[in-house]
Amino acid sequence: MQYQTYEHDVIVIGAGGAGLRAAIEASAAGCSVALICKSLLGKAHTVMAEGGMAAAMANVDDRDGWKVHFADTMRGGQYLNNWRMAELHAQQAPDRVKELEAWGAVFDRTKDGRILQRNFGGHRYPRLAHVGDRTGLEMIRTLQDHGIHQGIEVFMEMTAHTLLQESGPGSRVTGVFGYDRELGRFRVWKGKAIVLATGGIGRAFAVTSNSWEYTGDGQALAYRAGADLLDMEFVQFHPTGMVWPPSVKGILVTEGVRGEGGVLRNKDGHRFMFDDIPDNYKNQTAKDEEEGWRYVTGDKNANRPPELLTRDHVARCINREVKAGRGSPHGGVFLDIAWIKEKIPNAEAHIKKKLPSMYHQFMQLANVDITKVPMEVGPTTHYAMGGVRVDGETQMSTVPGLFAAGEVAAGLHGANRLGGNSLSDLVVFGKIAGEHAAKYAKANPASRVSDEQVDEAARRALAPFEKGARGENPYLIQHDLQETMQANVGIVRTENEMARALEDIQKLKARAANVGVPGNREYNPGWHTAIDLANLLCVAEAVTRSALDRPESRGAQFREDYPNKSEECSKFNIITRPVNGGAEMRVVRQPLTPIRDDLKKIIEEQAK
Amino acid sequence: MPPVTFRISRGDKTSTEFREYTTEAGEGMVVLDCVHQIQSESAPDLACRWNCKAGKCGSCSAEINGQPRLMCMTRMDMIDTSQPVTIEPLKSFPLIRDLVTDVSWNYRVKKSIKPFKPRKPDAPDGTWRMQQKDVDRVQEFRKCIECFLCQDVCHVLRDHHKHPEFAGPRHFVYTAALEMHPLDTEDRLGQMKHEGGIGYCNITKCCTKVCPEHITITDNAIIPLKERVVDEFYDPLTRLFRMFKPKK
Ligand SMILES: Cc1cc2nc3c(=O)[nH]c(=O)nc-3n(C[C@H](O)[C@H](O)[C@H](O)COP(=O)(O)OP(=O)(O)OC[C@H]3O[C@@H](n4cnc5c(N)ncnc54)[C@H](O)[C@@H]3O)c2cc1C
Ligand code: SF4
Ligand code: SF4
Ligand code: FES
Repeated sequence: MQYQTYEHDVIVIGAGGAGLRAAIEASAAGCSVALICKSLLGKAHTVMAEGGMAAAMANVDDRDGWKVHFADTMRGGQYLNNWRMAELHAQQAPDRVKELEAWGAVFDRTKDGRILQRNFGGHRYPRLAHVGDRTGLEMIRTLQDHGIHQGIEVFMEMTAHTLLQESGPGSRVTGVFGYDRELGRFRVWKGKAIVLATGGIGRAFAVTSNSWEYTGDGQALAYRAGADLLDMEFVQFHPTGMVWPPSVKGILVTEGVRGEGGVLRNKDGHRFMFDDIPDNYKNQTAKDEEEGWRYVTGDKNANRPPELLTRDHVARCINREVKAGRGSPHGGVFLDIAWIKEKIPNAEAHIKKKLPSMYHQFMQLANVDITKVPMEVGPTTHYAMGGVRVDGETQMSTVPGLFAAGEVAAGLHGANRLGGNSLSDLVVFGKIAGEHAAKYAKANPASRVSDEQVDEAARRALAPFEKGARGENPYLIQHDLQETMQANVGIVRTENEMARALEDIQKLKARAANVGVPGNREYNPGWHTAIDLANLLCVAEAVTRSALDRPESRGAQFREDYPNKSEECSKFNIITRPVNGGAEMRVVRQPLTPIRDDLKKIIEEQAK
Repeated sequence: MPPVTFRISRGDKTSTEFREYTTEAGEGMVVLDCVHQIQSESAPDLACRWNCKAGKCGSCSAEINGQPRLMCMTRMDMIDTSQPVTIEPLKSFPLIRDLVTDVSWNYRVKKSIKPFKPRKPDAPDGTWRMQQKDVDRVQEFRKCIECFLCQDVCHVLRDHHKHPEFAGPRHFVYTAALEMHPLDTEDRLGQMKHEGGIGYCNITKCCTKVCPEHITITDNAIIPLKERVVDEFYDPLTRLFRMFKPKK
């Protein structure tokens, strides 16, 4: 098999916030670094993030600090989080924000010229550093423009297909096999350490805010390499996606709308979020609409409106309204920001300044002027809390030399992620992963890449061409998978439905084994879709099996057949790993590591 | 909506041709939806770029009925469908296949521009203070999603192929964002005058018209940069002062 070979100390797969930050760090540590990404540089998912980046800088409310942020993150994650990661994240996020500023990012400012922070769901104080509603663009562009001068070798529009290893699954990684999208040529990157930063899995569902790239590649590559996956049942459904017109269904409506005072109403105009406030948030939630408004306008003595409760809860309330027949015409509910004109002068200009991309998005895609009328919104698949299981200190997976950071990694967010905690996650753990990958690369000499493994991977990659146009259509298989996942493993789950999904997945796997594509290897999206299918099926199965093994409702997982939290289930995470030489997927319950006493105390103090 | 016929440019650098495809355009659909539908119905190997489908990543640039646009932000009900709708790749860059062009030149140009260089932190907490009104201008430039539509329409690149000597509107915006950054201390005016070829721009404003982020490229970025270049290189008084004064 013909292929081009490269040699580096550290290979980073993925060029979103996490991958870029890891590459910058590894390079700063003196390593030669390859950075591989499926799209052009600067187009990764991170570019879409809107609302902001959580960091307890206390620029707006001086009562904030890392301990509050830590406690908020743990409470949001329903205490299944890796507490060490939650601690490091809360402590280091402010420095990572300042570092972005030092690299050229231009955040919105406070009156005294510091970085402005905004309210977001589940965060006790205004905590999200932001730039209007395009914070992700600011982050990725800053990292990109800084990164291109750090001597990193960037491989754009190339897809990692298989991790190469010393002696099969579980052993140390030796490199990456992949192909370039332009000509379909095979490539092998040899390396001493590998960082996965490939993002999420949203494309396994029909309604999603995620792009085509989110096919769970990193999770599936790691799984096939014998690494543990963790918490795969926890998929975040963002409460507010667009619902109309059909072709834009799922596109995100930032939580920033609610942070700026947007309210949720059902078709009767009732603000239904006041109807159901979870006990553990009661003493932090506004008693009435007036108090909620005071909170979003910066009154430090007011509590947050219920629209800013955690995402899992808001999404379920919306779901309930729609199911009860109180939804909007197109099966969502109303999100109203225009109403603030009753409260402030120049509301129209204010909305356009604070939420410019939302304004344009609705104007251009739905003919809706959000400064005048409410939006229609409903839940959309958004984020994977689960992913590659990593060591909290180093971000190394259970496979030696294989690291993971960002959305592809699990741990920080537990059962539910707070908005804004992802962008900060990317740079905090991207840096840590880069640092430890570099250390690992320095301590361990390069290992030989096996030709047989490369040939094997290449054969698998080319299989769809053998079947050609006679084979199964990859787009249809992907579509059918998305439909079954959406219908059966979505926001409300039951054992029966998930069992059906598992059956469907088995059938789809059989069909995927016969997938075929016409044409040749040059920039052939049909072929790319066919290759990504194996990954999508792998993560879909992991999500379903893990969800089945958690008979309770907690965080992002809502089981209609087990609508309450269970004490027993609060004691473990669920791990997914391959058995029987990869032929079978097994889920295992992993008891939580007891939390350190000082951290426990922080949680108790903050609960008061 | 009745079925819509598209004429899509297919082929690679050796040859291209228009091929016709017909597909159903449902309510609210954008051009990119139709392209995806065509991929899954009749042309699985039709090459196009996209990521966010929300006008945020700048991947899906193409020429729709001759107009440079983002495919994901162009609604079908905005365009004339009585005639076949043509979709072509960007013209200022070498073709890879179908709707995908080789935009790597843009990445090389950007890399050649001197990076951000902040002054020393001067606030007590080791950072800086900046007022919102002082960053408004830079924030406008930083909205750029690198769709390269402005590069596509600029005649200096499109018709005169001055790629080696002209950075193009995108990189004037990038440079302006750096030059007007309140913390920056670097000087890129020489670069703009020489390698950047800013003098080739004759202010036709075609770039501004197509920018999906509504950045006023010409008025806010290019003209001020041109003025600074003139001040720096042609005004004897400024040159004299420069000898005594640190930059900025
Ligand atoms: C619409 C939207 C809005 C959001 N808003 C916010 C917000 O306001 N605040 C917040 O904190 N979070 C937000 N999030 C979540 C956050 O943006 C993402 O979780 C985060 O950006 C993921 O970053 P990442 O670095 O892990 O991966 P990404 O940025 O997704 O990058 C993944 C990279 O991996 C590459 N890749 C994937 N597979 C392969 C492969 N097989 N081979 C090679 N390369 C590969 C891709 O090309 C890409 O470069 C939002 C998400 C969405 C979708
Ligand atoms: S204004 Fe200048 S940069 Fe813009 S299109 Fe015209 S010549 Fe090109
Ligand atoms: S300046 Fe506007 S048109 Fe040019 S690349 Fe940026 S967003 Fe696109
Ligand atoms: S797909 Fe991102 S801008 Fe069109």
